[in-house]
Amino acid sequence: MLSWPGFETRVAWRFLREGRMQTLLIIVGVAAGVAVIAYISALIGGLQSSTVAKTLGSQAHITLRALDDVVTPARPPEPGATMLTQTQPRAQRLRSVANWQALVPLLEQWPGIATVSPMVSGAGLALRGEATQAIALLGVDLDRYDRIVGLRGKVVSGVARLAPGEAIVGRELAVDLGVRAGDRLTVNTGNVSDSVSVTALVDLGVKDLNRRTVIVQLRAAQNLLGLPGGATELDLQVRDVWAAEATARQLAAQFPFKIESWQESNAQLVSALNAQSVSTAVIRGVVLVVVVLGIASVLVVSVVQKRREIGILRAMGATRGQILRVFLVQGAVVGAFGSVLGVLLAVLLIWLFTHFVRGSDGLPLFAITLPVKTALQVALLATLCGVLAAIAPARRAAVLDPAQAIRS
Amino acid sequence: MEPLIELSAVRKSYNLGLPSEAEVLHGVELHVSRGEFIALMGPSGSGKSTLLNIVGLLERMTAGSYLLQGEAVQDLDDAGLTLRRRNTLGFVFQFHHLLPAFSALENVTMPALLSEGRISQPQRERARDLLAAVGLAAAMDKRPSELSGGMQQRVAIARALVLDPPLVLADEPTGNLDTASSDEVFVLLRRMHAERGTSFVIVTHDLRLATRCDRLVELVDGRIAGDRAVTR
Repeated sequence: MLSWPGFETRVAWRFLREGRMQTLLIIVGVAAGVAVIAYISALIGGLQSSTVAKTLGSQAHITLRALDDVVTPARPPEPGATMLTQTQPRAQRLRSVANWQALVPLLEQWPGIATVSPMVSGAGLALRGEATQAIALLGVDLDRYDRIVGLRGKVVSGVARLAPGEAIVGRELAVDLGVRAGDRLTVNTGNVSDSVSVTALVDLGVKDLNRRTVIVQLRAAQNLLGLPGGATELDLQVRDVWAAEATARQLAAQFPFKIESWQESNAQLVSALNAQSVSTAVIRGVVLVVVVLGIASVLVVSVVQKRREIGILRAMGATRGQILRVFLVQGAVVGAFGSVLGVLLAVLLIWLFTHFVRGSDGLPLFAITLPVKTALQVALLATLCGVLAAIAPARRAAVLDPAQAIRS
Repeated sequence: MEPLIELSAVRKSYNLGLPSEAEVLHGVELHVSRGEFIALMGPSGSGKSTLLNIVGLLERMTAGSYLLQGEAVQDLDDAGLTLRRRNTLGFVFQFHHLLPAFSALENVTMPALLSEGRISQPQRERARDLLAAVGLAAAMDKRPSELSGGMQQRVAIARALVLDPPLVLADEPTGNLDTASSDEVFVLLRRMHAERGTSFVIVTHDLRLATRCDRLVELVDGRIAGDRAVTR
């Protein structure tokens, strides 16, 4: 009865040990490839996570609004008739999402949706003394909105609180108006004007947003914008940010609202991220091919060098399968050792990046980590590549004619 | 005596179907019984090594029949030939052909390792005993590169015998050794034959050694030109 891998592993190991320098070089080669793949994966992953986090730090994953007002033709076109029409598009007024109170619990139950936050938003002016600034007025339920954009974590001064008559304002707007936490300012929306007390200044991550954001209680905004009981949009947070578009499509098929995912509202960013992902995949693919070719070329040389030994083993009764596996094991061992070394090298590169590459503000550019799952995936892939790379040389070794091999 | 090998009308051609096709064995008949000690002689190019490779199931014949321990083996597939090679035959080559990455003891236990995937304690003991029997008790852990030619050949003999095969094929086992080492190795082969009853077929150019075998088969131009018992 045949059993393995005793023979195969022992012979493979000795063959590798015998060709010490050759083995070392190819392991270093594999390690370099694995390190590049793991490091690039971590770097691009970190960059994309950071970009997405910054983008989504100030916006919902999915927004649900009332459908736009459209002009309905007074006379529908007759079938087959050509009509020359000129339609003046309608100005979009502030409209509430119909029946939003009933919609919120429904959406909260929707698979993949983590949080729903109603909002009333509109334009207005913030006044203080001589200063006047155009603002975007947001009326929210603070607890719910905090779960969407993490507002409490963005407070730079004061305490985030939204009681009636209180507001949270962007940091730059506060500078422009000369207000600090505890000061008062006036919010004017055209017809209605109200004085609010600033409880906190926030940094939303984008200066332009900081320059025009005033956040008040939902009810206060409803009154200021003349939309009693209404909500102009529902902000949704999904558990997997990349599933937002699919979830938005499912919701759009179900509800008669204008539903937009963050990917739609940031199409250029998503295209850039996709291009980045494709480029990374291409780089990884090319590096893997180089790794495979490297391992294969060394093993091909090894088969030539070990021709006589293969012949002797075959004469002693080693089967073709056993010889094949001896070389497959060598490929796997080279791949596995190279993977371990490569992952360690990637961790070192990441550490160097995190500790020595800084932005203009002296802080790390963005956090990059090598998740255990990615490290394992890369290591497994490289080991698999080692085995794949060994297939051709192993087959060549297995079909060697023993008599010829011994004579060589 | 119990037949071990029965070759009938064995032909072997190389480069079949090509303009360079050449037949090197022309209808060879050879019968070997259990316990025989045979010298196979002949000038260079007479087909000795080819015949030995066919007997050793390392090469296939072009025509003819081959019964190994009563079983027709000429049509077996590679796996079948490998299994019979493993269980029935031991090889000793001219250039020792040990595995350089393994110690003497590991070389000797290799047939057991590839046969069962592991080396049992009795097998390891048997390998040690064999190495001791061939006078290498002190060199078991040495690599082939650390051993002399004669010592390497003795390791190869121990390796050929470790699974106790009924037949050992030796292709000029002393061809690469000086006279003293050559005599030592030959005496060892004879001793193993006497102690274990293993059959030996030894290809040699050395008439001095051939005449110390029990039977002398001469091959000339791919044909058996003589097959006689050696009288001493």
